[in-house]
Amino acid sequence: MTATADLECKMLTKDFKNFRAVDHVSFDVPQGSFFSILGPSGCGKTTLLRMIAGFQFPTSGDLLIKGKSMIGVGPNKRPVSMVFQHLALFPMMNIGENVGFGLRQRGVPKSEIAARVARVLARVGLPGIEERRVDQLSGGQKQRVAIARCMVLEPDVLLLDEPLGALDLKLREHMKIELKALQAEFNTTFVYITHDQSEALVMSDNIAVMNKGRFDQIGTAKELYFEPANAFVAGFVGDANRYEGKVTAVNGSVVSVVTDGGISLHARAASERPEVGTLTQIFVRPEAIQLSLTKPDVADGLNTSERIVDSVLFNGANSLAILRNVTSGETMNVALPQTGAFLGLQKGDTVFAHWNPDQARSFPVEP
Amino acid sequence: MASDKSKLGFYLLLAPLLLWLVMLIILPHVGLFAVSISEKVGIREYETGFGNYAVFFNEPLYWRTFARTAFMSILTTVLTLLLGFPIAYYIAKLTRGRTKTTLFLMCMIPFWVSELVRTYGWMILLRETGVLSNALQYAGVINGPVEFLYNDAAIMVGLVYTSILFMIVPLVTTLDSLDDSMIEAGYDLGGNGLTILREIVIPHAMPGIVSGCIVVFMLSLGNYLTPILLGGKDSLWFTGMIYSQFITRFNWELGSAFGFLLLGLSSAVVYLGLKFSGQSLSSTMGR
Amino acid sequence: METRLIPTTMLIAALSATSASADTLRLLTWGGYAPEEVIAMFEAETGHTVEVTTSNNEEMIAKLRATNGGGFDLAQPSQDRITSAQEEFGIYKPIDMTRIDAAQFIPSMLTATAANTTFDGEVYGLPHVWGTSGLVVNTAQAGDVTDYTDLCDASVAGKVSYRLKRPTLIGFGYAMGLDPFAAYSDTDAYQAILDQVEAKLTECKANVKTYWDGGDEIKSLLRSGEVVASMAWDTGGWQLNADDPDITFVAPASGALGWIDTFVLPARGRADDAAYDWINFAMRPDIAAMITNTAGNFTAAVGGDAGVSADLKARYQASFDQAAIDNIKWYPPVPAGLEALEGATLDRINAAN
Repeated sequence: MTATADLECKMLTKDFKNFRAVDHVSFDVPQGSFFSILGPSGCGKTTLLRMIAGFQFPTSGDLLIKGKSMIGVGPNKRPVSMVFQHLALFPMMNIGENVGFGLRQRGVPKSEIAARVARVLARVGLPGIEERRVDQLSGGQKQRVAIARCMVLEPDVLLLDEPLGALDLKLREHMKIELKALQAEFNTTFVYITHDQSEALVMSDNIAVMNKGRFDQIGTAKELYFEPANAFVAGFVGDANRYEGKVTAVNGSVVSVVTDGGISLHARAASERPEVGTLTQIFVRPEAIQLSLTKPDVADGLNTSERIVDSVLFNGANSLAILRNVTSGETMNVALPQTGAFLGLQKGDTVFAHWNPDQARSFPVEP
Repeated sequence: MASDKSKLGFYLLLAPLLLWLVMLIILPHVGLFAVSISEKVGIREYETGFGNYAVFFNEPLYWRTFARTAFMSILTTVLTLLLGFPIAYYIAKLTRGRTKTTLFLMCMIPFWVSELVRTYGWMILLRETGVLSNALQYAGVINGPVEFLYNDAAIMVGLVYTSILFMIVPLVTTLDSLDDSMIEAGYDLGGNGLTILREIVIPHAMPGIVSGCIVVFMLSLGNYLTPILLGGKDSLWFTGMIYSQFITRFNWELGSAFGFLLLGLSSAVVYLGLKFSGQSLSSTMGR
Repeated sequence: METRLIPTTMLIAALSATSASADTLRLLTWGGYAPEEVIAMFEAETGHTVEVTTSNNEEMIAKLRATNGGGFDLAQPSQDRITSAQEEFGIYKPIDMTRIDAAQFIPSMLTATAANTTFDGEVYGLPHVWGTSGLVVNTAQAGDVTDYTDLCDASVAGKVSYRLKRPTLIGFGYAMGLDPFAAYSDTDAYQAILDQVEAKLTECKANVKTYWDGGDEIKSLLRSGEVVASMAWDTGGWQLNADDPDITFVAPASGALGWIDTFVLPARGRADDAAYDWINFAMRPDIAAMITNTAGNFTAAVGGDAGVSADLKARYQASFDQAAIDNIKWYPPVPAGLEALEGATLDRINAAN
């Protein structure tokens, strides 16, 4: 017997007047896991989250929390809590009243409220700030108070609607780690929506990539990164060089392609093998490309090319070089390790690049 | 040199405000006060004293009317708030774009005509041979004509109607600034409509509520036409008393004293209102 | 004869146009006393321009008091409100009798008004329009109402309206067999009358639908049938009579109250020439008839009734026979301070339940 998932969605669909925001989405989130929904703005992830919270009702499909259907249950009756994008802390109340709001609604006795509020504030690392006003807190503190306000109710599922969006970069990086730690601390199921792939990749146990109302792929961060299910996921999750061309040959799982610029490339087909002569697209991660200063002694099938350095984008460990193909003029981004041989690479230098077809993926071009 | 010049500029910019203050606010009030403390002892003979104020306190009719006016104005304010709040909430929170503009405009349309016309409109509706009486007879609710005019309820209707816009505008402004996610967060945390209204919406809208109430109270207290035209034989209003002292009795001295008492009353009620609601004048009117 | 006359009138016109320089006449008057066409004729004839402000007795005095008699060049308060206002506030200046064409005035009215408006030996008012207040009754539904006190009869309960103003006190006084005007000079006697009237009006309060304030208000109450008997001005009754023959003005058995609106010069008026021109112009029989036709009341002009519409004359004659005319109680000048007594009485009636 398998434990029931905390959250389960079955063919969930939401139609608005003239478009479908969420299109037959099914997934389940096991207890205690960190689940992210990643997608560009307008992909329907907010609508999905609001359906889970109970602010919108699905057109069709079912939604279960701890095995119980939530169809027709109002947001105030669901065992879920939500951290809003701008946190929605109540400015007319102090921190203690904010955190105690949900308990007051449940009719918990005053003394118990005080004790539980104090405990949860201690757990988020902000003991004794009950009397402070909302505007006296820093961005990160507000974040933690917002989570405490939800967690004090011990919800089955905590929903988070891009809560890091408003923070500055440094704090955002810090909060990513902190959120993950808080999730582990409370051992509560988190459902997190974001358009920022690095937030999703860093924190999540499982990630769903959402596009145009559908889930394109559900998997771990690694799966999404290395085995993208389709071109959208490949392009959206992580950085990639993208080339388009006609299939000239299919050799086992390796597809050979000639780009418009006349360059021949080889990559592994992600799913079904394309027909010769069809249009296809190839994605190569910048870090999958090997560089050498001299022409490498490798087989022809490893996509070797001679290139000129167009520019070097120094960014510490994430530095990139943009290389231009001498013959076709197309460019590619290559990760530039800040060690050894390539430290002195400069614009105009000639280098050789090659990559293994196994580390590149080809997808059919959608019409 | 430069600082002298900028000082001159400062005073020049200040001058219109000062002139307005002194000429139109301070001087008339000083004059009014001077008149209010002169007692008439004979033809073209006056003495200084507070006799006019004593007349007010010694004549039950005057201070009863005064108290009645204050009470009815407070009642008007409360009714306007109760009626205006749902309307403002609907406009601010439940409508968008064009509907919002249209509804807002509809609230303002009655104010494109003068108060007199609006009051006559109510007289046409409420009088014995008026629209309401006829409609109710037609519907079979009442058997004969009923007079809805010439009583305190008619005054109340007129005052609420006249002042409701001034309640709705500040309320819509403050409610507009309440982030929808606050209300959603309230529901999400288990609140119901009532607790969210009490703990989130009303505290947030407090400055708008107080500023709306101040304006509506002042407008009702100082209204002259509506109580005179819609009220009945016993419906006295303090502004009507001031008018009759000034115009029909030629008793400017007592009229001025009444005017000062009204000023004191409105200031006192506004002060108490601010005290009880925990708001300051700058947080409500300075928005 | 004909040919000689024309140049003479032209010469007179030319003289008057040059001798009196063109002024702006700021006229403070009642609605209907300065019709557009009369103003147009006056402006064409004299070259003056006229600015009209319409008002009532009390507001006229209040306005002039506020400016110490400035802001207007000619005003038209009722004759009984002139000497007391002059005594208290000094807002008028004496009339120069040599500048008016006395032959245009009905002599008895001119003398009576002069006597009533004399203060410190100077005359301050000239008669212009006169009329009465009495009862306006729907004769079909309240034919029994023939005097003020009949307004308190149970048969018209809830369908009665009057003003809560001094004419009501005086009218009821006469209807109760008292003589308020005779007691004007005796404060105690007047107070005794007021006390009796107060008791009557307090008792009568239950009968009253509402105390009316404006002429339009009482007319619409009578026209709609919500009120069948009221105390009001004669012109109001005659106007309603034109629409509904049942409603008309009835001179009360105890006598209608007669008023005369006058011409007075505000103390600080600037255009006396234009003011005298207007007085002499308005009292011409043809102009007086035009004013009567718009105002609804007759004037003190000799022959002024000749050009008045037959309808108006007929209504006037239906309301007033000779006995009723003889019985009109003309307001004598109000002594200063009387309004305070009346005001207190009116306040008490208003407050009574």
